[in-house]
Formats: sequence, structure tokens, C-alpha cells
Amino acid sequence: MMQVGPSAFMALAAVLFSLGLYGAVARKSAVMVLMSLELMAVAVSLNMVALSRFVTPTEMTGQVFTIFTMVVSAAEIGLGLALVLAIYRQTRSIELTRMDTLKG
Amino acid sequence: MAETVNGIAFAILAGAAILGAVGMLTTRNVIHAAFWLLESMIAVGGLYLLLQAEYLAVVHVLVYAGAVSVLMLFVIMLTLRRREDSVRPVEVSVAGAVMAFVFGGVVFAAIAAYGDRVAEMPETAPDTAALGELLFTRWALPFEVASLVLLIALVAAVWWSREDKR
Repeated sequence: MMQVGPSAFMALAAVLFSLGLYGAVARKSAVMVLMSLELMAVAVSLNMVALSRFVTPTEMTGQVFTIFTMVVSAAEIGLGLALVLAIYRQTRSIELTRMDTLKG
Repeated sequence: MAETVNGIAFAILAGAAILGAVGMLTTRNVIHAAFWLLESMIAVGGLYLLLQAEYLAVVHVLVYAGAVSVLMLFVIMLTLRRREDSVRPVEVSVAGAVMAFVFGGVVFAAIAAYGDRVAEMPETAPDTAALGELLFTRWALPFEVASLVLLIALVAAVWWSREDKR
């Protein structure tokens, strides 16, 4: 049977984070960018849970931090989507390329 | 003999998570992207189970697969004027790809160099009761601050998304 160490989990988290990073830069829809941000947050959480399990299993610091990360990213996604709705009401569009009011 | 993570289960769940992420990035339909993200999140919940973080696994599926995905779908559907608007042109960003590749490469190099200092899984894994006790003793203050953050975010989200009364 394969031995799955923490580096396998870290590699997976790196792949997920890179994909999220690409999505956050490449996509032009505000909702898609928020989805990519969620993916990045989840990759970081996965890292914390895995390392907590392998390195300090009894203190569970990684798990507690993951709970707080989850709280922050839930707040972020709620506020982000509310902002998207507010912008949609104003401009009838959620394209990031059209949010250029402050462009000089 | 230390415990190990089941390699086959890890491979399946990791493949599902990456498949969901890739599907989210390559599909042209925004609604399909939300469902791909949902699939990826459920796979990550399974990975938490493999790591014996049962509470986190359940909460993860509840929050990300349940609440966040439904919220995403609601906002997507509220901001579409026509059904055809959900299909978007293909968006490719060379700069984004380069950035992601460089970042991923650096992290992979770091993992290859330093990753396997700890390869064995310690045998003792505390259960959910221990996590709860820790959360309400040692982490009680951050826990309360987190609930305040959620409350403020809730009020602000309602405030921002309400109808303009001008």
C-alpha cells in the first residue's frame, strides 16, 4: 500500500491553491473570482488540518485555526456576494472589466 | 506501527478535488462552475475524514457545500438577465497562468526539499469532544471574537444588499 505522508497533502493543497490563484486572475465574472478565492481558502485549510494531524495531533491547533479560517471565509463570501448584488443593482453588470469608474 | 492514510482513498479524493477545481476553471457556464466547486468541496470534506477530523469534515460540507454553494447559485441566478448569459466566452490569462505556475513550482520545490521530515502519522488522534473542550477553554476568546465577526458580516451583508430607497 502506498504511504501517504504530509507532503502528499501539501502537494494537493499547492495544486488547489495554484488553480484558485489562476482562476482569481483569469476569470472576468465577479462571482467566478469569489469561487476561486474559496478554493484558495480551502487549500490553506487542508494544509493546516493535515499538518496538525501529522505533527501535533493532541493540541489540534491546526483544526482550531481551520474553524476560524472557515468563519472568516464565510463572512468574506457573504459580504462579497452582497457587494456583487449591490454593484449589479447600480450598473446591471457583474463584469470586472466594466468596474472602471476609478480608472484614470 | 504508526497509522497510515489509505493511499487508494487519498488518490480518489485528491483526484476528485483537482477534477472539481479544473472543471470549475474550464467550464464556460457559470452555474456549472458552481456545481464543480461543490464537487471539489465534498472531496475535501472526505480528505478531512481521512485525517480523522470528523467535526471539521461535517462542518466543511455543511458550510461550503451547503451554504456557500447555495449562496453562489442564488447570486448567479439573481444577476442573470437571460438564461444565455450564464454561458461566458472562454477567458484565458497568460499572466495568471505564469503566476500560478511559478507559485506552484516554488511550493513544490519547497515540499520536495523539506516535506518529508515527518512521514509517520502519530497514533493518538483526539476526538471531537477534545476539540470542543479545547475550543471553549484555551481558544474561548478567539471563539467569541469569531462569533462577533460573523454577526457584523451578517448585518453588513443585509445592509449592502437591501433595495435602494432613493
